[in-house]
Amino acid sequence: MPHRKSLALVWRRREQRYKMVGTRCATCDGHFFPPRGFCPNCRRKGRIEEKEMAGTGKVFSYTTVYAPLEGFEELAPYVMAIVQLDEGPRLTAMLCDVEPEDVEIDMPIRAVFRKISEDGKSGIIHYGYKFRPNKK
Amino acid sequence: MVGIVGYGAYVPRYRITVEEIAAVWGKNAETYKKGLIIGEKSVPGLDEDTITISVQAAKNAIRHGAINAKNIGAVYVGSESHPYAVKPSATVVAEAIGATPNMTAADYEFACKAGTAAIQTCMGLVKSGMVEYGLAIGADTSQGRPADALEYTAGAGGGAFVIGMEDTVADIEETVSYTTDTPGFWRREGQEYPRHGARFTGKPEYFKHIIEATKLLIQKTGYGFDDFDQVILHQPNGKFPLRAAKMMGIPADKMKLGLLTPRIGNLYSGAVPVALANVLDYAKPGELLLVTSFGSGAGSDSFAIRVTDAIEEKRANATPVETYLKKTKNLTYGRYAKHRHKIRM
Repeated sequence: MPHRKSLALVWRRREQRYKMVGTRCATCDGHFFPPRGFCPNCRRKGRIEEKEMAGTGKVFSYTTVYAPLEGFEELAPYVMAIVQLDEGPRLTAMLCDVEPEDVEIDMPIRAVFRKISEDGKSGIIHYGYKFRPNKK
Repeated sequence: MVGIVGYGAYVPRYRITVEEIAAVWGKNAETYKKGLIIGEKSVPGLDEDTITISVQAAKNAIRHGAINAKNIGAVYVGSESHPYAVKPSATVVAEAIGATPNMTAADYEFACKAGTAAIQTCMGLVKSGMVEYGLAIGADTSQGRPADALEYTAGAGGGAFVIGMEDTVADIEETVSYTTDTPGFWRREGQEYPRHGARFTGKPEYFKHIIEATKLLIQKTGYGFDDFDQVILHQPNGKFPLRAAKMMGIPADKMKLGLLTPRIGNLYSGAVPVALANVLDYAKPGELLLVTSFGSGAGSDSFAIRVTDAIEEKRANATPVETYLKKTKNLTYGRYAKHRHKIRM
């Protein structure tokens, strides 16, 4: 049986999952995603505010998953990447709309809203960001 | 005047050809290609559904309209493939585009015309002053039973329209509807695939409702078919809209821009919205568009839409439909079966 996530947890994180709402420190202009409530650079002098990330960036590194996690079997083989956002933060995310052999380091990408997983056939559907190639 | 302030569309990148499907079932591809006038159809990604398609189309529409999503007072998502039987698609979409919480939302279902029904509802809310902007979406990841004729056409995609009174790129001069209880295509609760009455879906359903609604619009507006620059009719396949146009005396060259089914399949609730978006991508100020949708069950909504000068000003904000029609990836039937969750794991 796939791992069931807490409804409350999913609901609390909808702003960051749906819209990539992170935070920014007004003192040093550092950006944080997932959001941080405290600036590790400015510490007590930090002034944290909400900031929606633009969703654009590039592939910092990646790996192709052939032995998928439970609940992701249909998607295999899929590419997990360390994404470097234009604002600075790095995060782990799945790439979509691209074949594994076409992925390259430094490839421009942008966030899109996709189905991430579902708690079985009768459970809640989890939505959030994935990244796809951003070629004009 | 009430009209379209911004529009956007989205079509998934995957395609499957008629040849690929026909080969699996031992059918002659040419029969379907000529009979239905269809070459290939769009297929959703494994992680795409009506909600994700609606979000992408809505984001494109908001960017095109250059509006603040917080000023949207109503979100309606029309589809026959809502991911949940109970729980609105519209709330997820509204949250993802940043329109929540001071707004109303609901899901619509009327076979292939739920999207235009959403446009009419938004027009009413905007005209009465209840909301500044209404967001009307028509999107589907439609289902066709394997080996059924519908499998060759059932595609995926959607369109979104920001409806408002100011800065419109196209004014909706008039809209009328024609509705009866005519069963030609349906899907019962809990059933995976729809059923249809084969040829019954044609004459008493599609042609009757499309033609009566369009006639009603002509009567009400006083326009003749010559006054319209472009005509968009619901397109379950490539053949029906051309035949309906011929029956009404509309020249085929006015149908070209607004007939996308041969390339992407029938997008159901998304069919007319995406076709209208494509026509608007090329429209010039002053042009008059005739749009008639159709939903089985059955009904048609007809619109007379006048393109305004703002279409040129906002063009740079648009994500043209053509963006999604090139750079596509063809699937084998095996991979298509996986994409449509037809393989049990």
